[in-house]
Amino acid sequence: MTEKLIFESSREGRRATAQAPLRQRVDLPDHLRRNTPPLLPQVSELQTVRHFTRLSQMNFSIDTHVYPLGSCTMKYNPRGCNTLAMLPGFLARHPLSHESMGQGFLQTMYELQDMLKEVTGMKGVSLTPMAGAQGEFAGVAMIKAYHDARGDSARNEILVPDAAHGTNPATAVMCGCKVVEIPTDDQGDVDLEELRKAVGPQTAGIMLTNPSTLGVFERHIEEVRGIVHDAGGLLYYDGANLNAILGKVRPGDMGFDVIHMNLHKTFSTPHGGGGPGSGAVGVGERLLPYMPIPVVGKDGDTYRWLDEKDIPGTIGRLSAFMGNAGVLLRAYIYMRMLGRDGMSRVSEYATLNANYVMVRLRDAGFDLAFPRRRASHEFIISLKRQARELGVTAMDFAKSLLDYGFHAPTTYFPLLVPECLLIEPTETEAKEDLDGFVEAMVAILAESAHDPEKVKGAPYTTPVRRLDDVKAARQLDLVYNPASADA
Amino acid sequence: MSNVPGDLKYSKDHEWIRIEEDGTCTVGVTDHAQAALGDLVFVELPEVGSTLAEGDACAVVESVKAASDVYSPLTGEVTAVNEALADAPELVNTDAYGEGWIYRMSLDSEGEVEELMSAEEYLALLEDQD
Repeated sequence: MTEKLIFESSREGRRATAQAPLRQRVDLPDHLRRNTPPLLPQVSELQTVRHFTRLSQMNFSIDTHVYPLGSCTMKYNPRGCNTLAMLPGFLARHPLSHESMGQGFLQTMYELQDMLKEVTGMKGVSLTPMAGAQGEFAGVAMIKAYHDARGDSARNEILVPDAAHGTNPATAVMCGCKVVEIPTDDQGDVDLEELRKAVGPQTAGIMLTNPSTLGVFERHIEEVRGIVHDAGGLLYYDGANLNAILGKVRPGDMGFDVIHMNLHKTFSTPHGGGGPGSGAVGVGERLLPYMPIPVVGKDGDTYRWLDEKDIPGTIGRLSAFMGNAGVLLRAYIYMRMLGRDGMSRVSEYATLNANYVMVRLRDAGFDLAFPRRRASHEFIISLKRQARELGVTAMDFAKSLLDYGFHAPTTYFPLLVPECLLIEPTETEAKEDLDGFVEAMVAILAESAHDPEKVKGAPYTTPVRRLDDVKAARQLDLVYNPASADA
Repeated sequence: MSNVPGDLKYSKDHEWIRIEEDGTCTVGVTDHAQAALGDLVFVELPEVGSTLAEGDACAVVESVKAASDVYSPLTGEVTAVNEALADAPELVNTDAYGEGWIYRMSLDSEGEVEELMSAEEYLALLEDQD
């Protein structure tokens, strides 16, 4: 089953009343108004409804399937967050309305800043970065601003462990820094000897994810902090895996100077598919003067925007207003629903679920990448042995899982582990669902032994079978062109 | 088992180096490297005339699985690049040691060549990593 593009259903003159633009008076001058219709498909309302309903039915999503996509923290998004974030007072608030007209909204953002400070152990929080990558950019830009303000501008190297997310070196380069890769030892920790050799008067800082993308907690974090700080560099915490330590260990207490938080992961706002994210940043004492604006402040009982006048050293604005307000509201409500005790339960169940699945898979004959380490909220298995002995790869397992009704884990990341699956069940799965995932993996393993061709041909039950990802990458085709559709 | 021609030199980062008759070197990635990466979809080439130090990241090979740096195994200047890879990155997969070459460079010091691995040494490294 495939679904046509909605453009292919378009017929001249067909209309959908619900989607028709409102004919109301606008105050725009004539020469600024468009007088040609936009190039939207011309379809009826019912066609539109059916098209998008059918597309939604084809989705593999957290609302329909277990989604153990490592490093992405695809946890359930509580419906209550949506309901409250869509209260009319929030929805209808214009971002340019006067502060006095939006005290309720500003108060929620002020309290969100405070809660994030509390849970991360940082001294200041700015909610303005629009997504994780922008949060990273803001973080390293602040590190650069700190060194520049001290006349220490020769510091232009950012240390990045080889297990890092690809965004870390990309961020360093975007901020004009040189990337120096630090190797990982065979237990998944940063190689301290190599770190000592790499630091010096050129070191701007280190970007670290803890627990790392290898699914283990960096045990030498205090030594790492000492080595980098003694060399004059700052420590950046990539918040991708904050879910594992929520309410237990705080990046501020580990000695980090700056952190970005993926609110769409840890704080359960909807994500995936390039939708709006949030990469709020937290800073320690040293970086407070450089925070991106606006930040919400409080004078007496009144909330207001802090801007260049309040934070003259700011690295500036990152978006037209302040982040994605709807996403920030959902994170705020989620945190208020959890409360302080709930925060700890998040990390407890996230790690318990990961360790449970890890041990069951190990006992079923799968090879763990770090068998001597306890998992954090995620863990890695390597199918290198199966690939060699049976010719069935990690990608074949991933595709086959779809037929069993499970979204695939992250494949071939981190790059350090060959034929790997990075599995993150999150705290919101029931034990029966975790067991179901393990049983599916065991069934695929058995199938790989007696009918490897079947596994290599999976998936069989999805709307689209195995895609030619090589062709898709070599011959990118992203634009609908009516002429080519008619041909 | 990977194809490791006996007449080439190798680096620990899985580049191969052929010393040409005019004293320049041709550099590519090994059969083992292309197999590990999978089908390539993009190759970023160095610029002709740029100078490289041994260990510099000078090219990028990107597959559907991963993007990986190519490190210059020697110090010198880039004298030619394989323009054909712009339209046909798959040449690295189909003919890693021939049409899939990446760039050619002149050498600052012939001594560095002595540091490179022989085919036997590279094979031993591959077995070690397995």
